[in-house]
Amino acid sequence: MNRRDSLKFLGIGALSAATLVEGCKSPGKNPDSSKGDKAADAAQPGRLPNEIARDKKLNEEKFFNDHEMATITVLADIIIPKDAKSGSASDAKVPDFIEFIVKDMPEHQIPMRGGLRWLDMQSLNRYNQPFVALSNADQLEIVTAIAYPNKARPEMQQGVAFFNRMRDLTATGFFTSKMGIEDLGYVGNSPNVWNGVPEEILKQYGMEGV
Amino acid sequence: MNDIQIKKTTTPYDAIVVGSGAGGGMAGYILAHAGLKVLMLEAGPFFDPRTDSMQLKWPYESPRRGASTNTRNFGDFDGAFGGWDLEGEPYTTKDKTEFYWFRSRMLGGRTNHWGRISLRMGPNDFKGHHIDGLTDDWPITYEEVKPYYDRVDRMIGIYGTVENLPNEPDGIYLPPPKPRLNELFIKKGAEKAGVKVIPGRGSVLTQALPGNKDRGSCFFCGQCGRSCRVYGDFSSSSCLVIPAIKTGNLKVIPNAMVREVLTDANGLATGVSYISKDDMQEYQVSAKIVVLGASAGETARLLLNSKSAAHPGGLANSSGVVGKYLHDSTGSSAGGWLPQLLDRKRYNEDGVGSIHIYGPWMGDNKKLNFPRGYHIEFGGGMGMPGYGYGFGMQGMNGKVPGRDGKMKEAGGFGASLKDDYRRFYGTDFGMAGRGMAIAREDNYCEIDPNVVDKFGIPVLRFHYKWSNDEINQAKHMQETFQSIMHEMGAIYDPMEGPETNYGLEAPGRIIHEVGTVRMGDDPKKSALNKWCQAHDCKNLFVVDASPFVQQGDKNATWTILALAMRTSEYILEQRKKLNV
Repeated sequence: MNRRDSLKFLGIGALSAATLVEGCKSPGKNPDSSKGDKAADAAQPGRLPNEIARDKKLNEEKFFNDHEMATITVLADIIIPKDAKSGSASDAKVPDFIEFIVKDMPEHQIPMRGGLRWLDMQSLNRYNQPFVALSNADQLEIVTAIAYPNKARPEMQQGVAFFNRMRDLTATGFFTSKMGIEDLGYVGNSPNVWNGVPEEILKQYGMEGV
Repeated sequence: MNDIQIKKTTTPYDAIVVGSGAGGGMAGYILAHAGLKVLMLEAGPFFDPRTDSMQLKWPYESPRRGASTNTRNFGDFDGAFGGWDLEGEPYTTKDKTEFYWFRSRMLGGRTNHWGRISLRMGPNDFKGHHIDGLTDDWPITYEEVKPYYDRVDRMIGIYGTVENLPNEPDGIYLPPPKPRLNELFIKKGAEKAGVKVIPGRGSVLTQALPGNKDRGSCFFCGQCGRSCRVYGDFSSSSCLVIPAIKTGNLKVIPNAMVREVLTDANGLATGVSYISKDDMQEYQVSAKIVVLGASAGETARLLLNSKSAAHPGGLANSSGVVGKYLHDSTGSSAGGWLPQLLDRKRYNEDGVGSIHIYGPWMGDNKKLNFPRGYHIEFGGGMGMPGYGYGFGMQGMNGKVPGRDGKMKEAGGFGASLKDDYRRFYGTDFGMAGRGMAIAREDNYCEIDPNVVDKFGIPVLRFHYKWSNDEINQAKHMQETFQSIMHEMGAIYDPMEGPETNYGLEAPGRIIHEVGTVRMGDDPKKSALNKWCQAHDCKNLFVVDASPFVQQGDKNATWTILALAMRTSEYILEQRKKLNV
């Protein structure tokens, strides 16, 4: 069914269809529109000038240095690797999201920067090399020591706190990307008719009479 | 800026309306449709959901994935500009008390993002004094307001079901959306816990609105909070102000921050003065009638800042009540997840952006340690992921066996963790109580004698404390939530305890603040008469939530709309009689 037919099927009037199509063409549709290009400076419907200016300014700033970004990329892909269903965190540009979000939410900055250095210090003390330079097995050994809050040793607690934050930001960055949303199987955000829970699902959970 | 001057327009309008939210929008709509020449002043930019809504955007279209900013406190796609703090427009608090004031400067105000939960106040909400002596009665009854509620239902559209419950009046309804799966679990659990759950009541067009060709029907994206491009839900911008502009009788001046209501030697309103945020110049405009719909906080501020020889204590304030009896709904919430729903089948259950199910208050205060009650709003399911999705997995994935049937160590990384996010998706739910707070004289806002905003307008200073009544109510909410979640077979955290006042949100946080310019029959104890006309100034009217004497456990918007319609038609009548 093409778009026009599906809208007709849904009984949304011509007026609604036109506005919806218009809405889907609005700027910002391109995931890369956050990059500081000319389009990002222009007025955008429904966005205040200070919102546009704020995003532009944040995109022009750089918070993490190259070494930190490399470490974030390695960690993000350890947390969300490529598998049979979808790509890795870095395939979904999660490190770029993390770079943006720490500028947008400064409360992440010290825990992230300090956490990355904490990780490098663990790495240097154990293996005399920074985290990114370690073999995959050695990286996983350190990550394993901070990835399980209930069994981590007390002296690793700062690492656990850092890794919890890194896990959160990686997961949120991945599952809000196009790739991650498809992986998750979210099928909404499109015109439809809601007629309640499908019959077979009601049966599956014994909810027919509720 | 050497040449600041006050620009005066001498041609008077029939009426000036200050504010474009639910109340101001309705006043503009009724008066303009009746043929009056109306000027509406809005402190923020023009906003039309048809072109300006962020509806149907994906999280990756926002660099912060829909997270909130100072400009949009409810997220990057939210329909409301503004929030708890506006740059250059402070407010203060007194005696170390707390109040949070949400302001949305834009056409339609806060109605662009509200929950569309549309409730009528009941007979006992208007006349509650007989119950326990704790509240003052309104000068009007439910029966007097009912015809206006009916007309608002028909004019704007609302879904729901006729239930014939006590103090929970039914309306004229479109069909409600069916519950989502998680909501069926909630309903079943709530019934076992003895908590009544009925279909929601929301101002969303689940079907075409009879007689209205300008608004489309809901297409079930669940994003009312972003405002609706097809006008499928109620925003004052889309449903009231923009149609009023089309009559040719309403002019809107956006970015106009009203400073003061002007009065003559007889104390009658002659117009208002405002500063234009566009050119930073000062303006005065005149009208035969001034209607305030600036919000409970801003309307009180405006009146208190409008001092003159005729009104030395501020306009409409010979009683001294302006600013007093400020009250916001109580709020406390809880949530959890349903292990039964791990690995659930995917389908589109976005539904509507208002509530699908609703828990009305059915309690008996004789058996309780607090007066009056609260309702419960519920939700949950396979929503669109946004910033924050997936946070806290280490608190979830150690609590249930993995696909292999073995318990997992909480936290982790790698393919197994990645799979957990899929497994847990759509298992969550939440519930929130919204309750009645007693209007008290010593909860108030006043003009801070020392502080002005960037426009030089003196700002509000708040003094607000919860009492044990509200704290005990929040405790009861938490206990109720625990019993519902237990009966659902959910996994959830222990209840909020006394250290957080049982999760009771700070005053203002529920954004239902009302009561600062109360109506009443006695001019010594009230600022407005029962038509929301100032006792002290017969051509001044108030149409927002500030006239509320006592809010019930019902959200305020539907009552604002009904009262604004009633007051606007009273204005038309009084004009015919040449009284104003």
